[in-house]
Amino acid sequence: MDPCTRRAFIKGGALSALGIGLDGMPRFLLRAAAAQGTAARRKTLIAVFQRGAVDGLSMVVPHGDPDYYGARGAIAIARPASGQPETTVDLDGFFGLHPALSPLKPLWDARRLAIVHACGSPDITRSHFDAQDYMESGTPGVKSTADGWLARGLQATPRASSCPFRAVAMGPQLPRVLRGAGAVAMGSIAEFDVGGASMTGAVDARRGFESMYEQGVRDLLYGTGKETFEAVKMLKAAAPQRLAPANGAQYPRGRFGDSLKQIAQLIRADVGVEVAFADVGGWDTHAGQGNERGQLANRLGDFAQGLAALERDLGDRMDDVVVLTMSEFGRTVRENGNRGTDHGHATAMLVLGGPVRGGAVYGRWPGLRRDQLFEGRDLAVTTDFRALFAEVALRHLGVGPTAPLFPGFTVKTSGFPGVLV
Amino acid sequence: MRPLEPRRAYAVLAPGLLALALLSGCSSRPPAGAGGHAPPAPRARIVEPPPRYRVTLAASTLREDQRILHVLNRLGYGPRPGDLERVRQMGVERWIERQLEPERIPDTALEAALGDYPVLAMSAADLYRDYPPPRQQDVQRFQSGQMTPQEIREVFPPERRPAVINAQLQSAKMARAVLSERQLQEVMVDFWFNHFNVYALKGPVRWMTAAYEREAIRPHALGRFRDLVVATAHHPAMLYYLDNWLSTRDDLVVPGRGRRGLNENYARELLELHTLGVDGGYSQQDVVEVARCFTGWTIERPQQGGGYLFRPLAHDRNAKRVLGTTIPAGGGKEDGLAVIDLLARHPSTARFIATKLVRRFVRDDPPKALVDRVAGVFRKTDGDIRAVLVAIFTSPEFISADTYHAKTKTPLEVVTSAVRALDGRLEPPPAPGAPARVVGGGLTLARQVARLSAPLYEAQPPTGYPDVAEAWVNAGALLGRMNYALALAENRLPGVRTDVGRFLQGVDRRQPAALLDRIVSVVLQGEISASTRRVLVSQLDSPEIVRATADDRGPRNTDVEKLAALVLGSPEFQRR
Repeated sequence: MDPCTRRAFIKGGALSALGIGLDGMPRFLLRAAAAQGTAARRKTLIAVFQRGAVDGLSMVVPHGDPDYYGARGAIAIARPASGQPETTVDLDGFFGLHPALSPLKPLWDARRLAIVHACGSPDITRSHFDAQDYMESGTPGVKSTADGWLARGLQATPRASSCPFRAVAMGPQLPRVLRGAGAVAMGSIAEFDVGGASMTGAVDARRGFESMYEQGVRDLLYGTGKETFEAVKMLKAAAPQRLAPANGAQYPRGRFGDSLKQIAQLIRADVGVEVAFADVGGWDTHAGQGNERGQLANRLGDFAQGLAALERDLGDRMDDVVVLTMSEFGRTVRENGNRGTDHGHATAMLVLGGPVRGGAVYGRWPGLRRDQLFEGRDLAVTTDFRALFAEVALRHLGVGPTAPLFPGFTVKTSGFPGVLV
Repeated sequence: MRPLEPRRAYAVLAPGLLALALLSGCSSRPPAGAGGHAPPAPRARIVEPPPRYRVTLAASTLREDQRILHVLNRLGYGPRPGDLERVRQMGVERWIERQLEPERIPDTALEAALGDYPVLAMSAADLYRDYPPPRQQDVQRFQSGQMTPQEIREVFPPERRPAVINAQLQSAKMARAVLSERQLQEVMVDFWFNHFNVYALKGPVRWMTAAYEREAIRPHALGRFRDLVVATAHHPAMLYYLDNWLSTRDDLVVPGRGRRGLNENYARELLELHTLGVDGGYSQQDVVEVARCFTGWTIERPQQGGGYLFRPLAHDRNAKRVLGTTIPAGGGKEDGLAVIDLLARHPSTARFIATKLVRRFVRDDPPKALVDRVAGVFRKTDGDIRAVLVAIFTSPEFISADTYHAKTKTPLEVVTSAVRALDGRLEPPPAPGAPARVVGGGLTLARQVARLSAPLYEAQPPTGYPDVAEAWVNAGALLGRMNYALALAENRLPGVRTDVGRFLQGVDRRQPAALLDRIVSVVLQGEISASTRRVLVSQLDSPEIVRATADDRGPRNTDVEKLAALVLGSPEFQRR
């Protein structure tokens, strides 16, 4: 039996013993699963996409760069001043966190948070749509790629299996990055069933739909339907929604917090999650971006509280979890005419979790002097996002070095930023 | 899809036109579906003018009924019971021709229903006055917990909140999709709104969206492409959504308020999403130059529903160079119009718009040869949208057997087509003061569309919603569709009344196979795969579908609602 289902079967067995029942599951399978005991823990990657191009220069502030405060007027984040809450939270004397990210400072101090700055795509597009597409397909400049890099990575792991929840995206649409992996997308755990709990006859309708969608698997609709019902049955057995946040974790209200909370529930319910994906929007700050307070600060606050809650909730499971954040590009170094920033080039990405060599900012800093900027206006890219993502895929998920993770890009361990142990 | 009505005949003033009408044989065509009565004799001076666009479908291996279904599914939101017969009588080509001239199709049922949504006709300023935002001091009091829910309702009554606007807009959009006889027009309004998307929840855009659709999109949905660009470029909703209202010449300093400058947001999306397409051959420098051309295009009092305003002081008066064309210094407001002319006539725009329309009406991967031909028509007619549509509808690709059922319905399409298939009735929105649980049918349907992840007027990115199956087919969404089918068929959606039993009159309730045949005929016009039919037939024996009566002696009762739900949730119904 596939290890991904063990725990779910065990729990299902317990329910059956109580007379609650688990439709359609043969008893001998339940007993076999129970006999095998707890599955070895798997490695999990949680990818978080900040859609809309986050301003890396406000998120991780290069306060030691002599040109930062000159280039940014009203939207600059104040220099670190110890004891003053609304200033940059210094990390290493040169970089610091936006004050709204202070919930992440303890993770930095515990060396579980690393930052890769001046990271981005070699492609120069400033289109959100194209840049997100390239970052998810993993092929900058090539639009014809059908699948996503995480989907390709999952297919190339040694533990490749067909767990329905191996790859799961929280949200209504399956993101490009997971296309081709048979990933599950769900708006919420609670709604992931036919009929809902209170409806009589729901099980029956589910069986009818299930048989209809079982017919031909070669087509997108049928294939998805089939995966859907496997996932529904498994989730019913595992009942992850019963797991309240642990260790006093408090998720921020809203869709992002809900997504992370449910990802934690799925991981804690041991349904076999290897890759989880969540996205969070609101970063396209063309006007009224704000500084220590304001529009961007509010988004960053939500972002940091969510990540900190996730880390706390997962507790010692974080030893096997890496959280990787990404955004399609950064924003102009110079403030625009509306106290905002336009589309730029490089940004900053965060990596957190037990396997992370944290407490350091990785990547070469290209500088903010005008002649150091990309096209005279944007932070230059010194770390190709593929080098960072490849390191996470190979070192953490165990993807083989020859896997076609990033077609057209040679993955060399010597080119890794070095964020993972 | 009501057929020709004799009383909507037109007085013909020009004798030439009359001759043309008679030659085309229009006046002698019997009005289809007129209840078996003989058509009134044509009167000498009153005939219906001939259609402006002639449509002849290409040859196809599809049967006639399949061709009609295909057209009803592609040009509209799917057939209602009886539509197939009505269009068959009229002739499917004639039906398409009429859809291309929606102003000639009576739409009285819809017009009556839209009377429930006063927001549709209101200006942004009036909406701001009638549905104002809460005052800042009140917000602080709500949030600090100083007020009881009752006090909040008094200070900020639910029926005067800004959220009412979007609820009415969404309801009206559903009513139109479900009820309108002018189906193609509604499809095109949706298409262009999505193409020139604005996000109704971005700040004051919520007060501007009704006017945006009414003034900038709807009048031009079957008109000229350039007019759409001009209208959207001027509209406060677009100026606000893509920040152009803030964009000024780079060296502008407002006394006491500091430096202003260029904002590239609108310029970039105008090039990438509205006209040329991302590969349309423009550079970052073109984005900057276009942004400079549109400096000074702003909004008067944006927070209170003001209109378009050109501010000469904010405009960059220097010369610009866009896509190799020089726009001389001192052009003022005309700079933006010059850019729009350049873009609307650019070959990349013709190709980009042709690609999107072919993707909407034909298939997810648009056939290149068809896109080329359609782009040619776009260029030749200077962006005449109807001519472009005719080129698509009359193409062999449109009507080919490969194209039949090749598209997966979007959330809006699946929700709407299911209500139409069951001839569901939408109850009007409740009067003010009604209990909160009373919801109009339009709003209920809009909420279902939102649950399937495409909330109306609330697509945040400027790309709008995608139009390919991959975006909509995933585990969670598929379950959502099945749940919707169950709720709709079982008549459990507030304000949406369905009655599956109505279609089963004359069928013996003890004969589940006959009932299934009837349901498949009503919902799918019999177009069902052998495997799906097999599964449904096998369900007929299950105890939840066929219930014995309590004493086990009376007639068995078939759960026809559940059966209908299975058909509505079938793979076949997810396609169009």
